[in-house]
Amino acid sequence: MKEIISYTLYLADTNLILSQRNGEWCGHGPILEQDIAMTNITLDLLGQARNFYQYAATLIGNGATEDSLAYLRTEREFKNCLLAEQPNGDWGQTILRQFFISQYQFLLYNSLINCKDEQLSAIAEKGLKEVTYHLRWSSEWVIRLGDGTEESHRRMTNALEALWTYTGEFFIPAAYEQFLIDNGTIPSQDELKLTYQENINSILKRANLNPPSGSFMQKGGKTGIHTEHLGPLLAELQYMQRTYPGAEW
Amino acid sequence: MEIINNDTALIWKALEEVKDPEVPVLSIIDLGIVRNVVVSDEELIVTITPTYTGCPAMDMIATDIKLLLAGRGFKKVTIQNILSPAWTTDWMSEEGKQKLKEYGIAPPQPRQQICNNDLFAPNEAIPCPRCNSYHTRRISEFGSTACKALYQCNDCKEPFDYFKCH
Ligand SMILES: [Zn+2]
Repeated sequence: MKEIISYTLYLADTNLILSQRNGEWCGHGPILEQDIAMTNITLDLLGQARNFYQYAATLIGNGATEDSLAYLRTEREFKNCLLAEQPNGDWGQTILRQFFISQYQFLLYNSLINCKDEQLSAIAEKGLKEVTYHLRWSSEWVIRLGDGTEESHRRMTNALEALWTYTGEFFIPAAYEQFLIDNGTIPSQDELKLTYQENINSILKRANLNPPSGSFMQKGGKTGIHTEHLGPLLAELQYMQRTYPGAEW
Repeated sequence: MEIINNDTALIWKALEEVKDPEVPVLSIIDLGIVRNVVVSDEELIVTITPTYTGCPAMDMIATDIKLLLAGRGFKKVTIQNILSPAWTTDWMSEEGKQKLKEYGIAPPQPRQQICNNDLFAPNEAIPCPRCNSYHTRRISEFGSTACKALYQCNDCKEPFDYFKCH
């Protein structure tokens, strides 16, 4: 039971933290239509986070709610992948982060639809329809910017340098994840990893971008070991509930 | 209980009075988000499914359903949320699509047409809800709410929302 709770929280936290980051763009997008696109995606991610938190809360019991899970856990208890918490940087870096995560979620949700846990399967089925839009939108932007002007190409190259080492963590299973793979609750990630790399490389190629050559990949987020960026993000996200416990509107 | 069982059809009928707060011409029945109504001696269970996961209208819709049914004498109403099978615009009634068009929002096209994942695919031809011209273009895939995209008509020049296929 504790494994499925941890895994559900990993999925929930990744969506919540990315939505919080993306939400920082609200009112600051480069043009109105893309500002709206970004906030729409953010809302989808937040909705998916809520579904996962609600499910985790029923598994945990003991008075846990989606709110207590989102607002009252500490940094070391958050299990989101490190990529989600990385700062927005410029528009190119935000787009690239979204693309890497959407590509992962697209493959992951597709595989979870057939997993043995009914509720995870239902959330994945619902989320997949939204992620499909996110993936298409972010892929187009990666190509548009990478294969755009000298300036946009330079920025995308920098973004790739900044984010690349965070793209391996998806496929390095945490102990709770490996447990669920071994007992057949969720599918193995090996096949997903290959498809992921193929898809990423094909879009980067169309974008005229070369993935960095090093093979070192960061990890830790899934088990609560985060970069220096998560703490300040949580301080802002949880401020209200920490300052006025139980506040509602 | 005989009488209550007979009421199921009436409950469905009554639910037509609950509107989508973001597109108030559509009832939740038009939208196709009411999946089941079950009456027992103790309670009435209405099962609904969200259009989009993050749709903020869902909480309000649940409250509206409870209020309406409380007004019809149902003391205990439970709203159950289900996610699977996932909602699709194919569940929207023909009547609902017509209402949308009259309201100035282009109704969703049948699903096969858009679920094309090719990048930079040509925009789907969406007829303008005002002048029916197919000579329109997409301004943004994401619009004022999660369920809409933004289009403009090249003939009458009016911008309009398209309730996108999902
Ligand atoms: Zn027109």
